[in-house]
Amino acid sequence: MTLITEKSAPSTQDRTHKIRGKVRLREHVMGWLFVGPFAIVFLALLIAPLAYALYLSLFQKRLIGGTSFVFLDNYVKAFTDSSFLSGSWFVIRFSLVSIPLQIIIALAMALILDAVTSLFIRFSRLMIFLPYAIPTVIGAVMWGFLYSKSFGPLSDLFGLFGATPPDFLSSNLIFYGLVNVVTWQWAGYYMIILYAALQGIDPALYEAARIDGAGKWQIARRIKIPLIAPALLLILVFSLIGTLQFFNEPQILRSLAAGTIGPDFTPNMYAYQQAFALANFNYGSAISFALGGIVFVGVYAFLFFTRQRRSFL
Amino acid sequence: MSDRSRAGVRRRPQRHLPLQMLLGFLVVYFLVPFWWVIVNSSKDAPGLFGGGNTLWFADRIDYLGNLQQLFTYDNGIYGRWILNSTLYALAGGVGATVLAVMAGYGFAKYRFAARRFSFSLVLGALMVPATALVIPTFMMFSEFGLTNTIWAVILPSLLNPFGVYLMHVYARDAVPDEILDAARADGAGEIRTFLQVAFPLMRPAVVTVLLLSAVASWNNYFLPLAMLSDNRLFPVTVGLGLWQGIASANNAGSTSLWSLIIMGALVSVVPLVIAFFTLQRHWRGGLSVGGLR
Repeated sequence: MTLITEKSAPSTQDRTHKIRGKVRLREHVMGWLFVGPFAIVFLALLIAPLAYALYLSLFQKRLIGGTSFVFLDNYVKAFTDSSFLSGSWFVIRFSLVSIPLQIIIALAMALILDAVTSLFIRFSRLMIFLPYAIPTVIGAVMWGFLYSKSFGPLSDLFGLFGATPPDFLSSNLIFYGLVNVVTWQWAGYYMIILYAALQGIDPALYEAARIDGAGKWQIARRIKIPLIAPALLLILVFSLIGTLQFFNEPQILRSLAAGTIGPDFTPNMYAYQQAFALANFNYGSAISFALGGIVFVGVYAFLFFTRQRRSFL
Repeated sequence: MSDRSRAGVRRRPQRHLPLQMLLGFLVVYFLVPFWWVIVNSSKDAPGLFGGGNTLWFADRIDYLGNLQQLFTYDNGIYGRWILNSTLYALAGGVGATVLAVMAGYGFAKYRFAARRFSFSLVLGALMVPATALVIPTFMMFSEFGLTNTIWAVILPSLLNPFGVYLMHVYARDAVPDEILDAARADGAGEIRTFLQVAFPLMRPAVVTVLLLSAVASWNNYFLPLAMLSDNRLFPVTVGLGLWQGIASANNAGSTSLWSLIIMGALVSVVPLVIAFFTLQRHWRGGLSVGGLR
C-alpha cells in the first residue's frame, strides 16, 4: 500500500498538468483499492451465498437415490405448500396492518416533537427512541413477560374492573400481540428518522406560509409531510423488508405460546425449520431464495411504481 | 399554569398541553416493559409467582442475590454470553465500518471502471433481506468448517451495504473535490489525502455507521442461532432465547430460571441504554443523511 502511495504522489501533480491517461489509470486503481475490500466481502458473503442457494435449491436429497437435480421442483413444491403459502399470507397481512400503524404513530410523534419545544418533549424523544436500543429478541422476551398469565400485569389491570384479561398469546390475539411488540420496537426509530428530516427543513418556509395565513395544521399537512416524503418512503421500504422476513419475535414467543405459533408461522421460520430441524437444506434454500426474490422484486417494483426511485437512492 | 404565563412572555409560546399529554401516554407505553423488568428483577421466585402486584415491588427486594445467581448459574455462562455479544458487536461493527468508509469514499470520489454498475449492485443489495442469506451462508461455511466458530458470526456482519450507501452520500456532499485536489497538489498521496483530509470531514457519518453496524451485530439472532451449536459461543440474545425456551417447556420445575431470565434481560439492556444516552447526538446527524436523500 505504501509503495503505491509513494509512486502515485508525482502523478497527483500531473492532474493539474493534464496528463490524462495517467490520471485515468490512477482513478481506476485507487477507486478499486478503496472499494476492493468491500467488494471482496460483497462477493463472498452476498453474491456467493445467493448463487449457492440458487444452486442448492435446484436439487433434492432423497433417502433412496441420493441427491438429484430436479430443476424447479422445489419451487413448485414451495408455491403449492400450504405451510409456505399461509406463512407468506401471514407476513403480508401483518405488513398491511403493522407498517401503516407504525408509520402513523411515528409521524404523529415526530410532528409533535418538531412543533412543540419543552424539557418534557426532549425527554420524551429519548424515551420513545429507547426501545430501538433493545435487541428485538429481548423486546420479545420482555413483552412475553407482560403477556404472561402467571406474572404479567394484564390480569391485575383487568381484574380491577372485574374483566377477564385478553390473552395476547392465544391464537385469536397473537396477531395483535405481535403487532404491539413490533410497533413498540420500531416506532421510535422511525420517529427519529422523520424528526431528523423535519429538522432539516428550512424554517423560512414556515414563516412564508404563516404570512400567507396558514395554520399549524396546514403547515404540517402542506409543507412538512410533502417535504419529508423521501424519509417516509425510506422507512416504508425498511419496514417492508424487515416485516417480510419476520422471524425473531414469533420464534421467541413460540415457546410461550405453545400451539398458537407453529414452526411454519412465517416463511423464514419455515425455512429455518426445514433446514435445521429437518436437515432439508435444499428445500430450505429454495424457500430462502424464493422469499429473498419476492422481497427484492416487491420492493423494487414498489419503488419503481411510486417513481420515487431517484429521490430515494 | 404559571408556567404558561411565563412562556407567554417569550416570543413563541409553543406548549400545547393536549399534545404533551398525548405524548405522555405514549412515553408511559414505551416505558412499561422497562419498568416491569426493573421491578420484577428484584423478586425471588415466590415474589414472582406469589400473585402480588406485578407492577410493583414485592416485600423482599433482592437485586444483589439475583445478580449473583445470574452470574454464577451454569459456571457463569451468562457473563460469557455478554462478552461474546460485545466481541461480535465490536469486531462486526468496526470491520463493517472500515469497509463501508473506504468503499463509500471510493464510490464518491473516484471515477473508476464499472463504478456505476458496482454501485447499483450495492443499492440492489439494500433490498435483499439479510435472513435470506443465513441458510446458504451456513451451508457454505460448513464446507469450510467455519460453522460453530466466532468467524461464522463475525464475517457475515462485515457486509453492510447500507453503511456504504450512507458513507457515499456523506462523502459526496461533505468532502469537496477542491480540498482533495489542494491536498494532492501539496504532494499528499491518495491514502494520506484520505486519512488526513477526507476522513476528519466524514467523521460524523463514520460514528453513525459504526453505531448502526455495532447495534445490528449486537441485536443479531437468526444468524448466530443458525451458526452456533456450542452454547459457550452464544451471544446474549441466543442465550436468553435458549433459557426462555427451557423455562417455558417445563413450567413448574423452572421457576428459578424465570428470575434469571428477567434479571438477564435487564442486565443485557443496561449497556445499550447507557450507550444511547451518551452517544445520542451522533445519531441524528447521520440518520438525517439517510432520510433526506
